[in-house]
Amino acid sequence: MSHESRCKKSRFQTSVKPMWQSSIFFVLLSLLCIPFIDLELAHTSPLIELRKMFDGLLHPNFIIDGVIDALLHTVFFAIQAVVLSSLVGFCIAQVYRLPGIRALMAFLRSIHELFWALILIQIFGLSSLTGMLALAIPFSATFARVFAEIQQETSKEAYHQLKGKHLSRFIYTTLPLAWPRISSYCKYRFECALRASVVLGFIGLPTIGYQLDSYLKIGRYAEVAALIFIFIGLVLSMRFWANRFTMIILFTFSIILLPPTTPPESTSEDNVEMAYQLLNDITPTPIRNRSQNEIISDTQLPSLLWDWFSPVLESQILPGVGYSLLLGQFAFALSAFLTLLWFPLISKHLIKRRIYRNIGHFVLTTIRCIPEFLLAFIALILLGPSLIPGIIALGLHNGALLAHLVGQYSNELKLRSDTSTATNLYFFELIPRIYGQFLAFTLYRGETILRETAILGILGIPTLGFFIDSAFEEFRLDRAFILILASAFLNIFAEQVSTLCRKHIHAYKPSLISR
Amino acid sequence: MFRLNNLSLDYGKKPILSNINLEITEGEVVAIVGESASGKSTLMSHLYHLKKAQVALCPQEPNLVPSLSAFHNIYAGSLNEHNFFYNLRNLIHPYSSEYEKVAAIAAKLDLKDALKLSVDQLSGGQQQRINIARAMIQKHSAFLGDEPVSAQDDFHKIKIIKTIISQFSTCIFVLHDLDIALSCCQRVIGIAKGKIIFDEPVATITKEQLTQVYSHHQLAFNNKLT
Repeated sequence: MSHESRCKKSRFQTSVKPMWQSSIFFVLLSLLCIPFIDLELAHTSPLIELRKMFDGLLHPNFIIDGVIDALLHTVFFAIQAVVLSSLVGFCIAQVYRLPGIRALMAFLRSIHELFWALILIQIFGLSSLTGMLALAIPFSATFARVFAEIQQETSKEAYHQLKGKHLSRFIYTTLPLAWPRISSYCKYRFECALRASVVLGFIGLPTIGYQLDSYLKIGRYAEVAALIFIFIGLVLSMRFWANRFTMIILFTFSIILLPPTTPPESTSEDNVEMAYQLLNDITPTPIRNRSQNEIISDTQLPSLLWDWFSPVLESQILPGVGYSLLLGQFAFALSAFLTLLWFPLISKHLIKRRIYRNIGHFVLTTIRCIPEFLLAFIALILLGPSLIPGIIALGLHNGALLAHLVGQYSNELKLRSDTSTATNLYFFELIPRIYGQFLAFTLYRGETILRETAILGILGIPTLGFFIDSAFEEFRLDRAFILILASAFLNIFAEQVSTLCRKHIHAYKPSLISR
Repeated sequence: MFRLNNLSLDYGKKPILSNINLEITEGEVVAIVGESASGKSTLMSHLYHLKKAQVALCPQEPNLVPSLSAFHNIYAGSLNEHNFFYNLRNLIHPYSSEYEKVAAIAAKLDLKDALKLSVDQLSGGQQQRINIARAMIQKHSAFLGDEPVSAQDDFHKIKIIKTIISQFSTCIFVLHDLDIALSCCQRVIGIAKGKIIFDEPVATITKEQLTQVYSHHQLAFNNKLT
């Protein structure tokens, strides 16, 4: 066989194949989901409400009672939670390789801040301790994972070249090498904490979210617009005020002005009693009844438990999981699409003039810093309760966030000076180079998207969160607890799928072996 | 100090070293020469892992920590001599005794002015000298250097190699520069395609032997050969 014909017959062997496989898999999955989704709009004429909102946007009313107090609560919950959880997370990251720790962290972060708040309110009431802990518990678990991954991805060569005890080598190599990423992640996490702190207001904690919720419900969009502008201003101006020194000052102030404690009237005995009560309340009803009523025998218990559990499984867990997965899948697809569409807005290779790129930055940051919960709330008012508001809210928020990350990554690429321009540059130079990183970012974000689908339930979209919220409202805490567990396992499942996919797109590397 | 009998190493399915027989005794100054990808670095790495606790390594890739100062990067070579809290204090606020110790080594390598600068501000040549200084701060009698002076100018190359030889009783260098190998070392080992082609004292090496090792190169070196 001639060399030429051998070349024609042989296949291309590139590292692109697993990336395409993953992409096609997710596109097909989205297409297959279409028949199962209810995309009907409840409101046939959202224009009237839209006009009122637009009017509010044009004429924001900044004179709002207690706005400074709400703003301080929002920032103080966030700063306290980030400081505490970053320290705890850093310590746990050092032992993250232990399977027990990994599983515990996966479980803690799989429960959304909002659900943590709903649980903690039962013990500590609507207190500053509840606000801080609701953010700090899942954030510690997230910090532990991210710090462990950053340390793992840091070059090990420098560490291995040194002799000495682990801790000494760690502070001289791994820590300084990982520090820039650790500190920029803390900054990013503070932004997330601010958003989460706003969302806590929707269940009654005194942050900006509480006021947003009140004004949205009565349709006072001038105040809503003002509050959103204030929050966007707070996040956009972070680059000017959020540095190491201001953070220390802010943290000190927050501890003095808003110490994370329970209300003065409740004693620690009360809290212990409430915790005990909560444990009792989350115990499945048949087991609780059995401890009070000895007539129920051991043989009867499993069938009673099944009788209690099966209606929850059939009417709440299964439909809730189904809706969460559908919403997550479509929001994931929309985010990925918007990422590829929007990242050129800040790419220096495609937009040469800095002023236009700055506008792009402004637009993406503005969309990204509005909490998805709030976006969904607004979309729900306009479009009524269906999956569409959820898809739009999650898609917009995550699309803007990912476009920002991918755009920044594309700016680090060094292209040849004779490179092509416009669409050729986009499709044949940039996309092939960013695609691996784009997939990694998007898959990583996919986990968060699924996690967020649950809390959109609180707004009425029938995901797991809808049933969890209803169970809390009806004070059926045993049911709420089992639903929270289901949501946690769903998130852990999503994390596993995402990790598997990311492993799949990585290339094989041989290692040195002795013959 | 080192004895290898019929050593063979593979990378994936690709053989790197085949049937290596070698003995290096204490007090020897040895150069390993050969073309790129002939297996020199693999051999060096294998030797290091055999006597990790007894030798100071100067690897080809310095792998310094860019955000730390040259002082801290050099001091890092002696981390195992102190406890964690001593190292932590020295990271935050260096002890003057440690600074003096590092400065003395840095002076021998023309690095004194660079000690307080972070490594990311230094040239490739300076970074390579920090790599050597990090090996020199270790209290060992043997030095393994994988192309330790490849980024230096001719003047510095010989000066640095002589400084290293004056501190360590046993030295093994992987070198590309045959002039240095022939003028500074006692014995030269030539490797090609993972096999030892010759292993001779400098005085008895012939031009033919070097031609065998550097088959693709036009040999251009001074005529110290027999």
